[in-house]
Amino acid sequence: MSPLLSARNLRKSFGARTACADVSLDLHEGEVLAVVGESGSGKSTLLGLLARDVEADGGEVHYRFRDGEVRDLQTLSEADRRVLTRTDWGFIRQDPTQGLRMPVSAGGNVGERLMAIGNRNYGNIRATAADWLSRVEIETARMDDSPKTFSGGMRQRLQIARNLVTHPRLVFMDEPTSGLDVSVQARLLDLIRGLVSELGLAVIIVTHDLAVARLLSHRIMVMKGGRVIETGLTDQVLDDPREPYTQLLVSSVLAA
Amino acid sequence: MNSQPLVKLSDVSKAFTLHLRGGVRLDVVDRVSFEVAPGECAVLGGPSGAGKSSLLKIIYGNYRCDRGHVFIRDGAEFVDVAKAEPRRVLALRRDVMGYVSQFLRVIPRVGTLEIVAAVGRESGLDADEARSRARRLLSDLNVPERMWDLPPATFSGGEQQRVNIARGFIADLPVLLLDEPTASLDAANRDVVVRLIEEKKAKGTAIIGIFHDEDVRERVASRVVDVTRFRAKAA
Repeated sequence: MSPLLSARNLRKSFGARTACADVSLDLHEGEVLAVVGESGSGKSTLLGLLARDVEADGGEVHYRFRDGEVRDLQTLSEADRRVLTRTDWGFIRQDPTQGLRMPVSAGGNVGERLMAIGNRNYGNIRATAADWLSRVEIETARMDDSPKTFSGGMRQRLQIARNLVTHPRLVFMDEPTSGLDVSVQARLLDLIRGLVSELGLAVIIVTHDLAVARLLSHRIMVMKGGRVIETGLTDQVLDDPREPYTQLLVSSVLAA
Repeated sequence: MNSQPLVKLSDVSKAFTLHLRGGVRLDVVDRVSFEVAPGECAVLGGPSGAGKSSLLKIIYGNYRCDRGHVFIRDGAEFVDVAKAEPRRVLALRRDVMGYVSQFLRVIPRVGTLEIVAAVGRESGLDADEARSRARRLLSDLNVPERMWDLPPATFSGGEQQRVNIARGFIADLPVLLLDEPTASLDAANRDVVVRLIEEKKAKGTAIIGIFHDEDVRERVASRVVDVTRFRAKAA
């Protein structure tokens, strides 16, 4: 079967600075790919290019839709684009206030995605939202509260529920656990790990944290200066790094 | 039963280049070749530092292979771990080869019984079978039942090691790689592991292992492969 997502020679510059130089990758169903590198390595730009959040200077991205047809994302109809962003894809952002609608209740944040794909029965929407809140370990008693009253970890879990309620096949994650306390981070990682394997999600996760990459991903791509330096099985790249830069990254991690 | 070898190594060579140490090159293994048939237990021999552990990691795809081939038989097909795509290697790890080290990589918040049963389910056992095997293994390995619902993070080193052995032995994988599974176990638990290894051999599993304990080695080994004997003799 052809890959779910396939990118070829993606390029993007901001002025004189190259953020992404000739990056190609294939992602299959159920695969978790971690993109690692320091800030400024181009990893978040790459995520934006793949998710079509950022306009590319060159290159192509193809995606296999549920009907089996592979389409070029550049020439997508507006209807197909909506299917992708509302149903088939999720995007978990580092800052939950950017991925959530803060003035809307927790339940509303989850229910909204269901309404966007045509659900109209209030009782069903509320029941599904309640179910998803409990799956991400948010008490259903908090359903009508605003996420403004939630802690950072809760907001991030709510953002996950909002994204997964439509059963996406591909989820983009941009540093989903940075900025959280370590104990909160561990709980969130464990939750993500469980949901990803249970739902068979394909994930592209951008992180600067090699421990996060090791825990969640099957494959890893190391980026530096907009280029892919090294790629392979996650445990192989982390335990037997080949490139000087990757060896530096791995050796810079403080062992607890 | 297909009696062809399950593992075939040919001219496997590996060196580490340490770029942060001025590019120092450390040779790990040199031109190692051997085969392991179903039901055989090949014990890796050679002095400490001979590259035995690294060789197991190369076979598992955890370390890269610089030269040579590591063929693992998946049904009728031989897959070269040295060149296979990451997802092919992951499929081999799910369906064909298991790896047991002394160390448990702890997953926070998941209970011991579940940690063991999950490996069984991933390998294709149904949930009930995975659970009952996990119970049997943990009880055989003397992990007290009152601990089964607890995450092993707080267990002693020996207890974690036994949980790890249960994880390694629960699935019916054709190839098993064992890196000192009996190190620091007491005699009773060592005997349990020896029995588990004999059971696997009887079922046709090909085993490659490292055992420092001489008694264990003599009891389980079909033969010993000295990983240093392949090195080219100095001219």
